[in-house]
Amino acid sequence: MGIKIDDICFEYERGTAMQVTALDHISAEIPDNQFIGLIGHTGSGKSTLVQTLNGLLKPTSGHIYYNGEDISGEKFDKKKLRADVGLVFQYPEHQLFEIDVLTDVMFGPKNLGLSDAEAKKRALEALESVHMPEKYYKSSPFDLSGGQKRRAAIAGVLAMRPKILILDEPTAGLDPKGRDGILGMISDMKKNLNMTIILVSHSMDDVARYVDRIMVMGGGKLLYDDEPVKVFRHVQELENLGLAAPQITYIMKLLKEKGLDVSTDALTVEQAAAEIMAHRRELHV
Amino acid sequence: MIKIQKLIHDYIKRDDEGNAAGTQRAIDGVDLDVKAGQFIAVLGHNGSGKSTLAKHLNALLFPTEGTVWVDGLDTKDEKNLWEIRREAGMVFQNPDNQIIAQVVEEDVGFGPENIGVPTEEIWQRVEYSLKTVGMWEHRKKSPNRLSGGQKQRVSIAGVIAMEPKCIILDEPTAMLDPNGRREVISAAMKLNRTKGITVILITHYMEEAINADRIIVMDRGKVAMQGTPREIFSQVERMKELQLDVPQVTLLAHELRGMGLKIPDSILTKEELAAALMGGQTSQNSGLGGDCAKKEAAHGDQN
Amino acid sequence: MFDTITLGQYYQTDSLLHRLDPRVKLVGTFVYLISLFVVDSFVGYIAAALFLAAMIMLSNVPFRYIVRGMKTIVFLLLITVVFNLFLTPGEVIWHAGIFKITREGLTFAIKMAVRLSLLILGSSIMTLTTTPTQLTDALESLLRPLKKVHVPVHEIAMMMSIALRFIPILMEETDKIMKAQIARGADFESKNIVKKIKSMVPLLVPLFISAFRRANDLAMAMEARCYRGGEGRTKMKPLVYHGRDRVAYMVLLAFFAICILTRIFF
Repeated sequence: MGIKIDDICFEYERGTAMQVTALDHISAEIPDNQFIGLIGHTGSGKSTLVQTLNGLLKPTSGHIYYNGEDISGEKFDKKKLRADVGLVFQYPEHQLFEIDVLTDVMFGPKNLGLSDAEAKKRALEALESVHMPEKYYKSSPFDLSGGQKRRAAIAGVLAMRPKILILDEPTAGLDPKGRDGILGMISDMKKNLNMTIILVSHSMDDVARYVDRIMVMGGGKLLYDDEPVKVFRHVQELENLGLAAPQITYIMKLLKEKGLDVSTDALTVEQAAAEIMAHRRELHV
Repeated sequence: MIKIQKLIHDYIKRDDEGNAAGTQRAIDGVDLDVKAGQFIAVLGHNGSGKSTLAKHLNALLFPTEGTVWVDGLDTKDEKNLWEIRREAGMVFQNPDNQIIAQVVEEDVGFGPENIGVPTEEIWQRVEYSLKTVGMWEHRKKSPNRLSGGQKQRVSIAGVIAMEPKCIILDEPTAMLDPNGRREVISAAMKLNRTKGITVILITHYMEEAINADRIIVMDRGKVAMQGTPREIFSQVERMKELQLDVPQVTLLAHELRGMGLKIPDSILTKEELAAALMGGQTSQNSGLGGDCAKKEAAHGDQN
Repeated sequence: MFDTITLGQYYQTDSLLHRLDPRVKLVGTFVYLISLFVVDSFVGYIAAALFLAAMIMLSNVPFRYIVRGMKTIVFLLLITVVFNLFLTPGEVIWHAGIFKITREGLTFAIKMAVRLSLLILGSSIMTLTTTPTQLTDALESLLRPLKKVHVPVHEIAMMMSIALRFIPILMEETDKIMKAQIARGADFESKNIVKKIKSMVPLLVPLFISAFRRANDLAMAMEARCYRGGEGRTKMKPLVYHGRDRVAYMVLLAFFAICILTRIFF
């Protein structure tokens, strides 16, 4: 089932001189169990879009259907939607507030009306999924390192057992080690937890190697919505949007221009190396 | 310009009652010598001690042991304090938390006001600084209406207005998007190349370090590696050990070498890789090492 | 969530009032407020209203914009009027059940309404034409004599100015944290007062932590830029009186004299 976005628009400060169109007639479907990268530069509307998906913002026109039901309908259970469509904001560690990590992660499940025991069970599962070392469960969340804080905050949303998990720039401000750790963890979650993940980012390099599908936003419009390889063929258009293709794409393109007959579809260093070696062997045979 | 000798810095850990309960060594015996006019990049993962090091250069922290001289002034000597802070300006990570005034131009004027520059000269300095970072047309705006990259450029202008000899940027791009990062780095580059100001850029983005004159890699409070970008990034395995990135093209070259291709280990640009790969096939590009060296020289000339 | 508060926010345009020295405007507003309590007659109110109308015309701020800001305080105004209308004792002129209106109540309520409206409009004219920075500068300059009795005038002004800069940032942050907690199932709309207070914890704790972190960062950034209090500081925009400011003081004096005269003669 999943989410169906039907021609939605969103304007900030509507009806004033400051009116800004953040979403401009967006339509898309988000099925179960898919790994999606949502790419766009600051102000492209990507953060607004994800906030409409769990009902935090109401589109000024158009409809969003979750499992076939209109989420702005009167009888629709918003609380259930917010549990099913988990949203991890940018710098999520800023939402931590409890006395220890475990209690903080239990906040979401308890808001769903679950018993302490059940909330704790879910919290423990979530902490395990984010690879949080057990010794930190009883630590104050404010004593953790930046990367660990972020894991705790992601666990806080994961403990609601969402069917769709949206992460808004989960690697912002982290160093390469922290970034790779978080991206690896998200990719593991995708494999083990059987849910749809939407990874919001402005870095093509970060998402290219993980996702099945890329949605590119610019100026409030959904410009591309396709497999990564196909999206990256529009290098020039992406650059005009202030985005870039993965570095590897540029390298392979240059090699091709210089007369090396390689495919430019490689997304990772490993794929590129394999492609170049395969090409070599071809020449020498 | 900056000379550091056997610097050690310990943070004092406190227990719940606020009593000292041991120390944590953030910097552990660092020696460093930065010449005037250089562009230095300091790389290292979080907790490697690079930000602590930066705060020593502006006399915001003082050595537990060892000595730091900024333009010949010892940071431990209290009477040098304000002169050091004026000469070595600092830009911090969070764009919101370092802009003091509610109007761009007033924020740039804040530093000169503090050091008692006459009103008329403040205005000249503000104009010059804002024009240098390309923010002059935004001078009347509220900082809240600027993008992250623009805010950081205003902060850089605020430092320029103090007429420093050296500017230290402590992860100025960590909270910015790619466009903002480019804006800030090119502003810093321009300061170094056209105004001759010494720039020390602390970052964990390796692509920002590629154009530096020298890279210093910090790990666990010590200088783990230092050298030109080419020397540093060619050591792919060592960089991986330190949990840092190298350019993808260098990584690709490294991977290809591992697979048995004969290409040099100091490839930094995709053009160099293309030359190396094509060199194996066509005869016109035989002197491969020479080609790289030529590029290096050309690069040096631009600087 | 918070952008409905437009009452008295600086309106950027060019006008004589905008160009006046902020000290004149601060003193002027103060004098106007006093004059509203000096006058106590129909003629007096007319004079005060005319003066205000002249100021609004001089400010170049669209009247609609000023009135829109008033909307937020209409409720307050109504409450005051209703209270005065029904609760002032005196000669009863209308009653229904326990509600009664007296002649004194009626006149008092009308006076109150007029006074309050003029007062709020008058002070919003000042904030509409003066940036918060100018206001703090003016305050610092006017309160300078208090330095002699060890009032930290410069520090107070600096604190005000920093607070004003960070209010929008903290508002935005509040909004963000609120949304993040709503996404975790938090309920900020509970009618139950105990629940409501409890539900504020997940909002307030992160907000305080963030405010402290910002304060810490800002203190360090200010130190790095050689800030060391008001001693030896120069001003980028020093306050200097011009001819128009002197004229403005004269006009103010004249207005105040008229107000006193209306009090004596009407």
